[in-house]
Amino acid sequence: MADMEKLLKPEHPVGIVGYGAYVPRYRLPASEVARIWTDGTGGLPIKEKSVPGLDEDVVTMSVEAARNALLRAGIPPTEIRAVWVGSESHPYAVKPTSTIVAEAIGAVPNTQAADWEFACKAGTEAMVAAMGLVGSGMARYAMAIGMDTAQGRPGDALEYTAGAGGAAFILGLEEDSLAVIEASYSYVTDTPDFWRRADQKYPEHGHRFTGEPAYFHHIVSAAEAVMEATGTKAEDYQYAVFHQPNAKFPQRAGQMLGFMPEQIETGLLVQDIGNTYSGAAIIGLTAILDIAKPGDRILMTSFGSGAGSDSMVIRVTERIDASRGKAPTTQEYITRRTEIDYAQYVRMRGKLTMK
Amino acid sequence: MDIPRHWRLKKQRYALVGEVCGHCDTKVFPPRDICPACGEEAKTLYQFSGRGEVYSYTTVYEAPAGFEEGAPYTIAMVRLAEGPLVTAQLTDLEEKRVEIGMPVEMVTRKLRNATDERGMLVYGYKFRPVVAVP
Amino acid sequence: MNEVVIAGVGQTAVGEHWDVSLRELAFAAMEAARADAGGLKPQALYVGNMLGAALSRQSHLATLLVDFAGLQGVEALTIEAAGASGGAALRQGYLAVASGAVDVALVLGVEKMSDQTVSSVEAAAATGTDADYEAEHGLTLTAQAALLMRRYLHEFSPPPFALAGFPVTAHANGAGNKYAMFQKAIKPETYQKAGYVSEPLNMFDVAPSADGAAGVVLANPAILPEDFGHRRVRVAGSSLVTDTLALHDRPDPLAFHAARLSIERACAQAGLSPADVDLFELFDAYSIYAALSLEAAGLAERGQGWQWAQNGALTLTGKMPIATLGGLKARGNPGGATGVYQAVEATLQLRGQAGGNQVEGARTALIQCLGGPASTAATHVLAAGSDPA
Repeated sequence: MADMEKLLKPEHPVGIVGYGAYVPRYRLPASEVARIWTDGTGGLPIKEKSVPGLDEDVVTMSVEAARNALLRAGIPPTEIRAVWVGSESHPYAVKPTSTIVAEAIGAVPNTQAADWEFACKAGTEAMVAAMGLVGSGMARYAMAIGMDTAQGRPGDALEYTAGAGGAAFILGLEEDSLAVIEASYSYVTDTPDFWRRADQKYPEHGHRFTGEPAYFHHIVSAAEAVMEATGTKAEDYQYAVFHQPNAKFPQRAGQMLGFMPEQIETGLLVQDIGNTYSGAAIIGLTAILDIAKPGDRILMTSFGSGAGSDSMVIRVTERIDASRGKAPTTQEYITRRTEIDYAQYVRMRGKLTMK
Repeated sequence: MDIPRHWRLKKQRYALVGEVCGHCDTKVFPPRDICPACGEEAKTLYQFSGRGEVYSYTTVYEAPAGFEEGAPYTIAMVRLAEGPLVTAQLTDLEEKRVEIGMPVEMVTRKLRNATDERGMLVYGYKFRPVVAVP
Repeated sequence: MNEVVIAGVGQTAVGEHWDVSLRELAFAAMEAARADAGGLKPQALYVGNMLGAALSRQSHLATLLVDFAGLQGVEALTIEAAGASGGAALRQGYLAVASGAVDVALVLGVEKMSDQTVSSVEAAAATGTDADYEAEHGLTLTAQAALLMRRYLHEFSPPPFALAGFPVTAHANGAGNKYAMFQKAIKPETYQKAGYVSEPLNMFDVAPSADGAAGVVLANPAILPEDFGHRRVRVAGSSLVTDTLALHDRPDPLAFHAARLSIERACAQAGLSPADVDLFELFDAYSIYAALSLEAAGLAERGQGWQWAQNGALTLTGKMPIATLGGLKARGNPGGATGVYQAVEATLQLRGQAGGNQVEGARTALIQCLGGPASTAATHVLAAGSDPA
């Protein structure tokens, strides 16, 4: 396939008309996990991760991010024609998160609603679908959310990083947008690097298989393809943001693609909130949108195990300045912080046996 | 599980949708279809802003059945910016001492922690200290 | 309307009666009241009860009780108005006799709390609030009282421990009542050191929920025998008034509006003012409710009810004795039986049968019980009448 043909190009150019982030306020330092499971020895993959409160789940977190996106978009919720929530921690196995979110924000009943699942790229998958819905002219606005309260088996490497948070985006036509999605490309193969079988509480992962054949291969393939197709190079971007299961992976992926550390640091939140799975790349994007200037170009590339990457070229428009102050910034959520210890974490995450 | 009962209250519960009186513009929550101020019919739906301040508050240590897993929790009466007083839990309070008059904002949360893992989840309004004033 | 007198009273001890069922508890009080009334046969039974369906899985309670007491055939029904159930049942009995529909009515209050765990009792009692907009948010009756107390302290800034006098008075009086759950006086320092139940309510600000049953036989005095053995105690005033169910729906949550109106109406009927009565059995389920009730009675200005709890004004020899046999705080809070206990206790005072707790020369008594934060208020004025011939 020729490079240009690879791009997912909507009939009408599409962009982001509103965005909103959410991070719960509790933080578990990685040193707490180490204290319990390794006697405090060994390196720590991040500083700390976010933990949802007892009364929070993907529904409540999505509602808040969606409300923030609505505030920035300044549109009536009834004009949203799709509410799509990507997550691997939907509270119900059967019954959509999205209908509850749509009801709570007032988008019902004239709307699509569905939950998406593709490990950590369910959120960007929903974004691409929303682009299609808007770009084809079927809908004026569509909402895509990526949100997770990720699970990690106690003592597992994932327990250090499995965080909670995500973001919501309202997609609309270019002229309404605070950032235009100039190009989108997805790269998918069958790669068993990480999974959770039905009815299992905690996921399994392929250890070192997670890196080269999974994360790096898909991220780099997708990002290179979209850059080639758009004729752009790393230096054409002010910012780049990647899926961030830990701090090292996105830094190395950036390096492989020719990005400098200062291009990726704004969107690199994993040190402070952990890996928010479906929310990880996109909440990084919200942190960038919070400070980017009109004309800035952003490369966002997600990764979902199983495996695939969505890569998007995003250009910030003049509308950003009027919109972004209408809701709390991502950094405001990150600095709103209450540290907890492992015992509180065990209680809050339902790992305490009550029966 | 009270499914229909929670279902029919979803607009009020999820998003503080009340009513406004077409005659005297009084905002009504919880909805009661009759304006408490002028006695006229008040059936027009009204979306409250969710902003308000604490009128009074206390902590429940001995929780009633169905609320034990969340205990201790703080419950308050909140004076909404539009006038009505509502009863609701406060959440995300750590490091924040509650005071009468403290500004709060509505969030949608799980109202009770489902001890019954098979049951329906009940979501509804709570209030928390204002995160950031845009 | 016909005059109505209290011809007989009976009660069980208030406490945790593990070995006694709801019906047995009720039956004991019914038998005691009927015996005290010289065996008058009631034509109607009005049962005040709030939680039988939830805690004993028993609705249709009044019919069970006439059945169990061998009174099949009489009119019987259960009255529920949360904590005001007993007072509401008393009013129904009063109306039945006053109207001439019956000459003798038995009013019974009964509550069986101890069959369930604390969390179940809390949840059941909370159904007396607005289930959709209060209880569903985790509100309990105790938390509601704490919300009111916090606001009261905020608005009126009484000195620290200003409400201590209410439980201290109640416990001092409970010490002389063999039916009371707590028969031990407490010191003000004990109150000051008590732990919080729901800030700012401490454990002595909250009356203990317990089992109990009390009954009164109401009669048209015209049918009493010549040799009737008790001083006649007349129901001189009776009133039941409602407010919004939910506390948050009131323009001023600190005004117990229904309590005020109910007292005004009962006193107007009796032809006296609250300041004239010799004792006031008020609803001290929470100390703050005692203060608000005194304000509702017009005995204190708004925000000043706490001043009554200073300097012994509420003791048996004080200006306005309250909780003369322990009140809810020391006698115990037997839920929907409370209003009937108050009637029994006030009758004993007016007959001069209160023993060491006797309020000297008591001729009139005001009794009031509340459902929730005075969402329902049932008030009666009892007056001593002629002595036995």
